[in-house]
Amino acid sequence: MAAAAQPTSSNEDRPLLQVEGLRKHFPAGASRFRRNERFIHAVDDVNFTLGRGESLGLVGESGCGKTTTGKMLVRLIDPTDGHVIFDDGTGEPTDIATLRGKPLKEFRKHAQMIFQDPYESMNPRRTIFDTIAEPLQVQDIGTLVDRLDRVMEMLALVGLTPPRTFLFRYPHELSGGQRQRVAIARALIVEPSFVVADEPTSMLDVSVRTGVMQLMADLASGLGIGYLYITHDLAVARYMCSRIAVMYLGKIVEIGDTEEILRSPQHPYTQALLSAVPVPDPTVSREAVKIKGGVTTLINPPAQCRFYPRCPIADDYCETNDHPPLERKGQEQEVSCYKA
Amino acid sequence: MSGYPLLAVEDLTMHYQTRAGEVCAVDGVSLSLERGQSLGLVGESGCGKSSLALALLRLQPENAQILRGKVLLDGVDLVSLSEEEMRTYRWNRIAMVFQSAMNALDPVYRVGDQIIEALEQHSNAARQDMVDRVGELYKLVNLSPNFIQRYPHEYSGGMKQRAIIAMALACEPDLIIADEPTTALDVIVQDHILREFGNIRKELNMSMLYISHDMAVIAEVSDVVAVMYAGKIVEYGTAEEVFNKPIHPYTRALMSAFPSVTGEKHELATLGGEPPNPLDLPSGCHFHPRCPFATDMCAEQEPPTVRRGDHWADCWNPPED
Ligand SMILES: Nc1ncnc2c1ncn2[C@@H]1O[C@H](COP(=O)(O)OP(=O)(O)OP(=O)(O)O)[C@@H](O)[C@H]1O
Ligand SMILES: Nc1ncnc2c1ncn2[C@@H]1O[C@H](COP(=O)(O)OP(=O)(O)O)[C@@H](O)[C@H]1O
Ligand code: SF4
Ligand code: SF4
Ligand SMILES: [Mg+2]
Ligand SMILES: [Mg+2]
Repeated sequence: MAAAAQPTSSNEDRPLLQVEGLRKHFPAGASRFRRNERFIHAVDDVNFTLGRGESLGLVGESGCGKTTTGKMLVRLIDPTDGHVIFDDGTGEPTDIATLRGKPLKEFRKHAQMIFQDPYESMNPRRTIFDTIAEPLQVQDIGTLVDRLDRVMEMLALVGLTPPRTFLFRYPHELSGGQRQRVAIARALIVEPSFVVADEPTSMLDVSVRTGVMQLMADLASGLGIGYLYITHDLAVARYMCSRIAVMYLGKIVEIGDTEEILRSPQHPYTQALLSAVPVPDPTVSREAVKIKGGVTTLINPPAQCRFYPRCPIADDYCETNDHPPLERKGQEQEVSCYKA
Repeated sequence: MSGYPLLAVEDLTMHYQTRAGEVCAVDGVSLSLERGQSLGLVGESGCGKSSLALALLRLQPENAQILRGKVLLDGVDLVSLSEEEMRTYRWNRIAMVFQSAMNALDPVYRVGDQIIEALEQHSNAARQDMVDRVGELYKLVNLSPNFIQRYPHEYSGGMKQRAIIAMALACEPDLIIADEPTTALDVIVQDHILREFGNIRKELNMSMLYISHDMAVIAEVSDVVAVMYAGKIVEYGTAEEVFNKPIHPYTRALMSAFPSVTGEKHELATLGGEPPNPLDLPSGCHFHPRCPFATDMCAEQEPPTVRRGDHWADCWNPPED
């Protein structure tokens, strides 16, 4: 496990991931008679970097493309276009966007994904041992005895103790918090250097959630894992991520240091998102969110700023020009808006 | 009519029979709610919030039984009414918006027609009056009247939830019960819906029982707050008292585990252990295996009620601060 934590190669300051022009266009309603020219632009020209051992939060409303982005980065789905240069220091920098065959299988040892609902990603008829050992089995790593040792180690690591009492239970015999710990153990057993965590705590109750968040944060810093932490909850992102990227309809509209963005959001969408978060103090009354109701369709969207139809400060320039590029605004902040 | 609070619940207790045994989902709940007031009921999943809401409306499933207690609406005990009489209270006096209500719209009928159909069951008004009424209701919840004639799939999640709220308001109930009505929605849509509830409540001087697991939402919508754990109300008081001077260790734990986007970034407290197994509840105070203040007494006997004015909590060792 230490190998991933301490990159030893000379290009130590290269980022873990360098994402350039990443796109995913899903065909929308092709028919037998009509060639398909309509596409859902689920992820549209996304660019960012993720440092080794860093946690980047990806936040935004339902359907904006967070999961699709995450799945492309671990190659559960293929990008339509773009590059993802992966370099965890253990091998040569590789563009994993187009990998196939053996190199792709090798990459999967380094990159794992944890899902929102561990129920969906677990076979109810497999024991906890089988569930956690599955990635080892897929990668054909170790003998049965080795795997048993590793699974016991992982159970202890994620706080399911004593480990042997969990080995031969089934997913339905565990609580939600315990199941999410199993999902984390399964993702980490191959000692990945990159993990996409897709809303890993959103189904958990507050009293259990903090424990799982703490566990993930400790493992990230202890094992030097780089996380893409997907969440719609800005407050959770604040506790898990040093940087956040705000996504709106397939585009990253703002990215930077978490506290800086929370303190002074620059993009009108980030501002609306933040002002809509309820405050757990009955003496505070929030101002109404200044944002209009309309939405841009994701099917062949117009070239103009994606946020234009809902933007409270849009002007003619925004209407007639292309979607604005991400530009540095604050110290660490990049914003895609002509008027920010 | 006057003299009574709008709603007074006394010692309400409901059990479910399950193959694995008996689950006491609502355990001796007592509450009261004044006209125009909003009560926030907060607790984690499985603690019995939805079960309590169902019991208030006598909509509990077949395997459930109300064992004892009263639900007094303007002094009339709903528990002792016949089903026939109860029906005149639902929708007319007490309406509800449930957790998954937006999925309950029938995809093959226009939304407006579904609201009219619901109205027809509770009123003898002429068809045209009902159509006009739907128009008014749409205005009330900020939906464009153009959507009355459209089908559910043409609505976004937030619009469907507004339509459901419109339906619930159709008979101008005295009390609306909203069970996690925004849990599946994005924050910006949630903000709009919460404001809608606030405005409508003022306009119609309606009372509300708002159920959520989200402390922040509860802080925003409630005049008074009830905290539920393992079937019992463990703390009750005005929102300001409960949030600023919580008595019960569980309420304190919930609040310090709750991340916030505003203010200083405080350390999040971790509450040990797991939520209780409803089939095998801990003895004495149900919270004792997870409570940092627990003493031997807590495992042996049910805790007494500590009162600070109208604010109360059930606890043996209420921490002072
Ligand atoms: N396999 C697919 N085929 C067609 N469209 C898809 C597919 N997967 C996702 N989409 C569409 O792509 C867009 C982005 O979806 P995605 O699941 O990435 O959103 P998300 O940000 O993860 O949302 P949520 O917060 O609801 O999980 C949506 O419009 C969605 O309907
Ligand atoms: N129809 C049912 N049959 C048996 N048990 C039920 C039923 N509905 C809920 N329960 C149980 O009752 C308890 C309270 O559930 P519920 O009222 O849904 O909680 P909440 O709304 O607070 O999440 C839980 O233990 C739950 O499993
Ligand atoms: S570019 Fe224009 S439309 Fe887009 S967010 Fe900025 S101000 Fe609004
Ligand atoms: S009664 Fe005891 S266990 Fe229960 S909350 Fe109070 S101190 Fe904790
Ligand atoms: Mg998703
Ligand atoms: Mg419920």
